[in-house]
Amino acid sequence: MTASALRPYHAVFRARFQLLLQYRAAAIAGFGTQCWWGTIKVMIFSAFLAGPVASPMTLRETIDYIWLGQAFLMLLPWSADPELARMVRSGDIAYERLRPVDGYAYWYARAVARRTATPLLRAMPMVLLTGVVLPSLGYGRWGLGPPAGIAAVLLFIASMALVVALASAFSTLLDVLVVMTLSERGVNILVAPLAIVFSGSLIPLPLLPEWLQPFMQYQPFAGLLDSPLRIYSGHLGGWSAVGALGRQAVWTVLLVALGRAIMRRAMARLQTQGG
Amino acid sequence: MSDSAIIVDRLTKTFRVAERRPGAWNALAGLVRRHYREVRAIDDISFRLAEGELLGFVGPNGAGKSTTIKILCGILEPTAGQCTVGGIVPWRERVRHVARIGAVFGQRTQLWWDLPVIESFALLRDIYRVPPERYRQTSDELIARLDLGRLLATPVRQLSLGQRMRCEIAASLLHEPRVLFLDEPTIGLDAVAKLAVRDFVKTLNREHGVTVILTTHDMHDIEALAERVIVIGKGVILADGSLASLRRGALAERRLRVHFAGEPPATIELPGAAVRQREARSIELAFDPRLTSAHRLIASVASEFEVEDIHLEEPPIEEVIARFYAQHEVDG
Repeated sequence: MTASALRPYHAVFRARFQLLLQYRAAAIAGFGTQCWWGTIKVMIFSAFLAGPVASPMTLRETIDYIWLGQAFLMLLPWSADPELARMVRSGDIAYERLRPVDGYAYWYARAVARRTATPLLRAMPMVLLTGVVLPSLGYGRWGLGPPAGIAAVLLFIASMALVVALASAFSTLLDVLVVMTLSERGVNILVAPLAIVFSGSLIPLPLLPEWLQPFMQYQPFAGLLDSPLRIYSGHLGGWSAVGALGRQAVWTVLLVALGRAIMRRAMARLQTQGG
Repeated sequence: MSDSAIIVDRLTKTFRVAERRPGAWNALAGLVRRHYREVRAIDDISFRLAEGELLGFVGPNGAGKSTTIKILCGILEPTAGQCTVGGIVPWRERVRHVARIGAVFGQRTQLWWDLPVIESFALLRDIYRVPPERYRQTSDELIARLDLGRLLATPVRQLSLGQRMRCEIAASLLHEPRVLFLDEPTIGLDAVAKLAVRDFVKTLNREHGVTVILTTHDMHDIEALAERVIVIGKGVILADGSLASLRRGALAERRLRVHFAGEPPATIELPGAAVRQREARSIELAFDPRLTSAHRLIASVASEFEVEDIHLEEPPIEEVIARFYAQHEVDG
């Protein structure tokens, strides 16, 4: 593809990205809540893992998992794009079909903006606080530790890039479902709990019962949070880490294909509301 | 390919509407088995439009105007029938088609709510892949013609409806489409804004040769702009021709308002004319120009009574169209 072919998608990404960076009040409030949650979770898991227990994850790995999980919380596909939901209700969605662009790619570009701008706003202060401020105050034991090594850093970066791709595919799928059902509420209610539990945001996935592990490894939500977090702390390394990257990529491809197929159907039976 | 810009051939679109009878029991029953009703939004519609023509599309609410426009724009797929715009079947080659048309839906917005107008324009420039040089020329001209200079830095949500509509029209033309669809572009606008929109559409059509299809409920839009009118009701075309021919067919009568110097006479007996309205100092007569001529009527009124003033009028176009709907039993 040439630069000119990508121009519309790049433009809509840039516009959304810049707009989302402006939500300062939401970022500050969200940061506060996430610090609080993170602290509570660190305290709970320290209590559990303090003694000489056989745990699938060390306390160090668990604390890193918790803080990074809080930092990247907004990467999870919590909800469909409220802007698109508004367009569906008002009928402005008709204009979306008037653009000489691939409809799916156009919405995907918007989703990428949502899954990078807001997370960036939240992740930076969180990493700064838990990874720099806490250790320099002598509380490094409760903060975010350094990554497991050079290989872990490289794999972590690759995995985070795949998180953005996968989360955007999830988000676009939600958007398409909103167009199909004409309401964002049902979609959002269904997806939020799934995303929290199965991504590892609530409880780190390795700490769930052992008989669940095979399933947990292969379901798509693991690639949204669990994979990069374990790669960072070295809990997942070598070929297991590469395997996790592969699963992230495969799920991204599958979700894009699914989103495209549903979108084609939804658009064929689109009935613009209000005449 | 032919010289027609738009060919519409036996276009039909039916929608399936889920129906629910009132009451709690029926709401529950609807969960199990839904009842659908087929609604035929447009039914076997055909017309052709030459390049550079301006067509007014008129009809009561729910007549099928917007559905037709949306099919022509490539947004909806028809249930049956064919149409081409500039040789392209809109819904088959949507991307190629929409790059060559512009559209304004009066009740919707295509500008980004939170962005200043100029940034919305820049986004559209990129989405339509307009070369920068070309864009500068086109946008400068549109900004000058529609007097948008002072609005450009304002976020769209802070514009008045009239200001916004001018921006919407400019936004639809940044990629220089040869065909423009205007779906109720003057809805809700004040008199000044309406005139501005009309003037602009007129020059666009007359001077730049852009083919325009316009739907509206404001008959003055049609009177000011359209040489040709298609009246649509209940999904079928009821009339296709000039406004004058529509007038002749629906309500040919003309009206003579006579102001008297003194008391108006109690009765007026004139061949071919009837009293339509009576006020303190004036009487309005309705007559059929095919039966009696205006000048004969004026002469006999003036000779029989002491007359102060006489106005000759045509019925307002709204009344003509209302009469036309009533004749075809499509009123709303």
